[in-house]
Amino acid sequence: MTAQFFGYIGRKTFRIKDTFADLFKEISGVYHLTRHTLYCSFIEPLRGKPIKWGSMWIQMEEVGVKSALIVFLTLFLIGVILAIQTAYQMSQFGAIEYVGALVGVAITRELGPLMAALVMAGRVGAAFTAELGTMKVSDEILALETMALDPVKFLIVPRFLALIVMLPCLTILGNLMGIFGGFLVGVTTLGIDPIIYMDRSIEALQVKDVFSGLFKSGMFALIIVMIGSYLAFVIEGGAEKVGQNTRSAVVTSMILIIISDMVFTAFFFFLE
Amino acid sequence: MITIRNLKKTFGEGDKKMIVLDNFNADFEEGKVTCILGGSGSGKSTVLKHMIGVYQPDSGEIKVDGENIVGMNREQMNKVRKKYGIMFQSGALFNSMTVEENVALPLREHTNLNETTIKIMVKMKLEMVGLRGAEHLKPSQISGGMLKRISLARAISLDPKIVFYDEPSAGLDPISIGVIDQLIKDLSNKMGITSIVVTHELASAFRIADKIIMLFKGEIISSGTPEEIKNSKDPRVVQFINGLPDGPIPFSKSQRDYGEELKEMTFYN
Ligand SMILES: Nc1ncnc2c1ncn2[C@@H]1O[C@H](COP(=O)(O)OP(=O)(O)OP(=O)(O)O)[C@@H](O)[C@H]1O
Ligand SMILES: [Mg+2]
Repeated sequence: MTAQFFGYIGRKTFRIKDTFADLFKEISGVYHLTRHTLYCSFIEPLRGKPIKWGSMWIQMEEVGVKSALIVFLTLFLIGVILAIQTAYQMSQFGAIEYVGALVGVAITRELGPLMAALVMAGRVGAAFTAELGTMKVSDEILALETMALDPVKFLIVPRFLALIVMLPCLTILGNLMGIFGGFLVGVTTLGIDPIIYMDRSIEALQVKDVFSGLFKSGMFALIIVMIGSYLAFVIEGGAEKVGQNTRSAVVTSMILIIISDMVFTAFFFFLE
Repeated sequence: MITIRNLKKTFGEGDKKMIVLDNFNADFEEGKVTCILGGSGSGKSTVLKHMIGVYQPDSGEIKVDGENIVGMNREQMNKVRKKYGIMFQSGALFNSMTVEENVALPLREHTNLNETTIKIMVKMKLEMVGLRGAEHLKPSQISGGMLKRISLARAISLDPKIVFYDEPSAGLDPISIGVIDQLIKDLSNKMGITSIVVTHELASAFRIADKIIMLFKGEIISSGTPEEIKNSKDPRVVQFINGLPDGPIPFSKSQRDYGEELKEMTFYN
C-alpha cells in the first residue's frame, strides 16, 4: 500500500519533470526560430540579400486588407459596448460627459491592440499554421532546404514583416472605429454634446497612449507569427497533426498575447 | 562520387528503438546510374535522406567528392546541395506556385540569368519530360504522374552533378516509365550526371542501372551489375526478384520475433 503510494508519487514527479523538460525544449525552439527570423528580416538585407518583396506584398494583402473588415467591426462594437456600460456608472457621479475620455483611453491603450491581436490570432495565426504545416507534411519545406534555400527566409520572413506592418496599422484604424462607435452612442443615446464629447476625449488622450498601444501590437504580431510558424515547422506525420497544431497555435498565441499584454501594461504603469 | 562508410541510424528511444541502418557501406560512382532496391521499409529513403543531409547518422561517414558531409553546418551543407538535384517520392512541388515557377525557382534563386533566358530554360526542361505546355497549371491541377515528371524537371533545372530519384516511376504508366528510364540513362551517359535511383520497379532497375544495391532491413544483401544480381544464388535475392511471398525475407515489419512478443504480453481480465 505505502509502496504503491510512493510509487505513484514517484511516477507523478517524473512526469512533471518530463513535462518541464518538454516545455523548455519548445521555448528554446521558439527562441531560435525567432532569432533566425529577426536576423533574416533585419540584418541579412543589409548584407545584400534582399527580402522577398513579392511574397511580402501578397501576405500584406492576405493578413491586412482582408482582415480589415472584421477588426473594424469588432472594435466599433467594443466602442459602442464600452460607452453604454460606462455611461451608467458615470451618470451616477454626474460625469456623463467623461464617457468619451474613458472610451478613448481604454481603446487606444488597451482594448484596441488587444482585440485586434486576438482577432488576428484566430484569423491569421490559424491560417499560417495550416498553410505551413501542410507544406511541411508534403515535403515542400524539405524540398526548399535541399535546394539550398532557407525556408525561414522564404516562408516566415514575408509573413512576419507583413504582420508587423499591418497589425499596428489595423490597430490604429480600429482604434478610430472604436472611438467613433463610442461617439455615436454618446451623442445619440446618451445625449452628450458632440463638441464636449470630443473635447473631453482629446484632453484625456496623450501621444504616449497611442505609442504604448502600437508597441504592444508590434509585440503581438511577433507572437502570432512565431507561434504559428513554430508549431507548423515541428509537425511530423500527417494531416491529423496539422489540425491539432493549428488549434494549439491559436490557443497558445491568444494566451501569450493576454499574458504579455498584462506584463506590458504593468511595465508602462510603473514607468510613469 | 559518393562513398558511404559504416553508416548507422536508429530511430526512437528505449522500447521503441528501431535500427534502420546498420553498418551500411556503399559507393556511388561518378557518371553512373546506381539503383537501390529493396522492400518497403527496408531503409531506402533513409539512405537517400542521409546523403542529402536531412538526417544525421548515429555514426559513420558520407563523403561527397571527398568531403565528409556528416556534421557539416548549414552553410557548408548548402554548398554541397548546390551540386544536387532531388526528385522526391511525393513530388514535393510548391502548391502555391505554377509549374513554371516551380521549375524556375532554383534558377531564379541561384543564378543571375535574365527572365527570358530562364523562360527558355524552363521550356527546355519541360520538353525533356514531355510536359511543355503545362507551364501555367498549378500542381493541384495535374495528375500524379505529371507531378513526378515536373518534379524531375525541377530537379535537373540547375544542371546538377548528382541527381537523386526517390521512386521515380512508382505510379506511372508503362510508357511514362519508359520515358523516365530513358531520361535517367541519357542524363548519366551523355551529360555525366551521377544518378542515384531508389526504386521498387525491378524491370526499370535492370534496364537503367550500371550497379544495383539490394537492401534488406538496412543491410546490403547483394550488390553488383544487373547481370550479377540476376544470376545471384542468394535466396533473399532470388525471392525478391521473383516476388515470392515465402522465403527468407519476412513480410512483417517488426524486428522482434512474433512468438516472443506474444509471450511477453500480459492478459488482464
Ligand atoms: N523519421 C522517422 N522516424 C521514425 N522512424 C522512421 C523515420 N523515417 C523512417 N523510419 C522507419 O525506418 C524504416 C525505413 O524507412 P524508409 O522510408 O527508409 O523505407 P523505404 O525503404 O524508403 O520504404 P518505401 O519503399 O516504402 O518508401 C521504416 O520502418 C520506417 O518506419
Ligand atoms: Mg521510400
